[in-house]
Amino acid sequence: MKKPDLTVEIAGIKMRNPVMTASGTFGYGEEYSSYLNLERLGAIVTKGLSLSPKAGNPMPRIVETPGGMLNAIGLQNVGIEAFIENKIPFLRTVDTPVIVNFFGNTEDEYAEMAERLDKIPEVSGLEMNISCPNVKQGGIAFGSKPDNAYSVVKAVRESTIKPIIVKLSPNVTDIVEMAHACAEAEADGLSLINTLTGMAIDLQKRKPVLANITGGLSGPAIKPIALRMVWQVSRAVDLPIIGIGGIGTATDALEFMLAGASAVQVGTANFISPGIAEKIVHDMERYLVENRISAVRELVGALEIQ
Amino acid sequence: MKKDEMMQFKSMVIFNDQISPGYCKIRLTAPREIVQSRPGQFVMVRVYDGIDPLLRRPFGIYDLGVFEPEYPNMPKQHYLEILYKIVGRGTGILQSLHHNDYLDILGPLGNGFTMGNEDDEKILVGGGFGLAPLYFLAKRLVSVSNVKVFIGGRKKEDILCVTEFERLGIDTYVATDDGTLGSMGLVTEVLEKYLSDGGKRRTIFACGPGPMLKSTAAIAELHGISCQVSLESNMACGVGACLGCVTKGSSHTEEKPDYRCVCKDGPVFDSRQILWG
Repeated sequence: MKKPDLTVEIAGIKMRNPVMTASGTFGYGEEYSSYLNLERLGAIVTKGLSLSPKAGNPMPRIVETPGGMLNAIGLQNVGIEAFIENKIPFLRTVDTPVIVNFFGNTEDEYAEMAERLDKIPEVSGLEMNISCPNVKQGGIAFGSKPDNAYSVVKAVRESTIKPIIVKLSPNVTDIVEMAHACAEAEADGLSLINTLTGMAIDLQKRKPVLANITGGLSGPAIKPIALRMVWQVSRAVDLPIIGIGGIGTATDALEFMLAGASAVQVGTANFISPGIAEKIVHDMERYLVENRISAVRELVGALEIQ
Repeated sequence: MKKDEMMQFKSMVIFNDQISPGYCKIRLTAPREIVQSRPGQFVMVRVYDGIDPLLRRPFGIYDLGVFEPEYPNMPKQHYLEILYKIVGRGTGILQSLHHNDYLDILGPLGNGFTMGNEDDEKILVGGGFGLAPLYFLAKRLVSVSNVKVFIGGRKKEDILCVTEFERLGIDTYVATDDGTLGSMGLVTEVLEKYLSDGGKRRTIFACGPGPMLKSTAAIAELHGISCQVSLESNMACGVGACLGCVTKGSSHTEEKPDYRCVCKDGPVFDSRQILWG
């Protein structure tokens, strides 16, 4: 049998396979370059970027919970200037699409980020984190109300011709509504889910474990919720979807594809096994061979319901 | 160590023994390249294949060596050793492992100690399993420098490795909070007394609980002695990607924060690089 076709195209970004790394779990790529062949990945999504550098939250920032971890890193990042100066030169040497995750405190900041990223030839696409608070609207997250999401995505749309992927938060009443708003604002794709807000308590000290009190839950614990949301959104919205949430094996990744995802992002699992994303690609290929499936695309949305 | 020398490998338990109530030493097989590890570097250990516990646990390298096979003509096996205190689920599972059990290791990671001038007297200050990287360091230092070690703990049971240091021919000073071993009080008080003669050129290396490090750093500053500290932290990735193990650097302010990754920028820092909160 011929080698199966793993290629996918998401929002106009051609990828050699559907396995990407999730923002915030893979640094700027270089951190992991000695553990895996970055050129075996579908795409690299870099750590969330803002206009100015951001220091992040006080410690403790992480805590392990059953089957997962909570983080409240606070979007610490080097800022766009340092990204261009110090991170792009390395990424330029890697023959894999780079998708830059970014965020802002105001709509204008989002637009300015998009404008600046638009000018970087090494950037194949933008992933908008809309889970952060809008400082001009009393700190309500951009991604928690459809109107606000529409408006910020629209502002970004008008600032770039590069593909826009919007990363959706699961901490909403109706994620399908949010997806519709993004589609209307002409996003090119959706990635879901971001972390679920959670908390951990130290009974002995009668205190929250994280300095930030709450944090984002990730890891295998959130996979069933993520699968459900990908399934719901994929049925409702005509945009390519990138599935995220507790993916640590090729089986997990393929389940997301059955649910309707055209590609996936591996997150927390990178921390446990730095070479895991490449292994998932390898195991995915083997699955296709063993099951005589000629192209991985055939599995997208192929979930059989009665 | 260059980045390309970091490894992820399956490792077999050779032995796993309690060395004091609540503390254990485990010897693990390792690839030959492990010999390039430097004192102060650490490994991330995955104790279980499933998802609870999910993350790896960081441990400083205590010792390296070559395991002599029991039968002739068998290949020699490199190994590494770590010390650990049984505190939670991860270390609880670690304790339950036996000879021939396997675990998964990532490392060596981080920056090790800088050895410094050979003529300086080397002062090691540690507590609990913080002694682990100091023992590895002492083994390297003792052939070229004069080394003294200061060990502190709450009680007798928390004082590890005294015999091992003495076997290297190193003078050992012990202090416990309750006086059950060595002098009663803090080890940093013993250190301060020792340093009061002034005179000699010295370098301090410290690893242990936060307050011990803070106090050691202050003493070093007072005496104008250079001091390297090895910090501990919870970690998720160990390679500088998650930013979950940061510590405040010396120039840190609310307005202009200066966070350093313990895993990647450390775990060994010059004590003056750290903001001691």
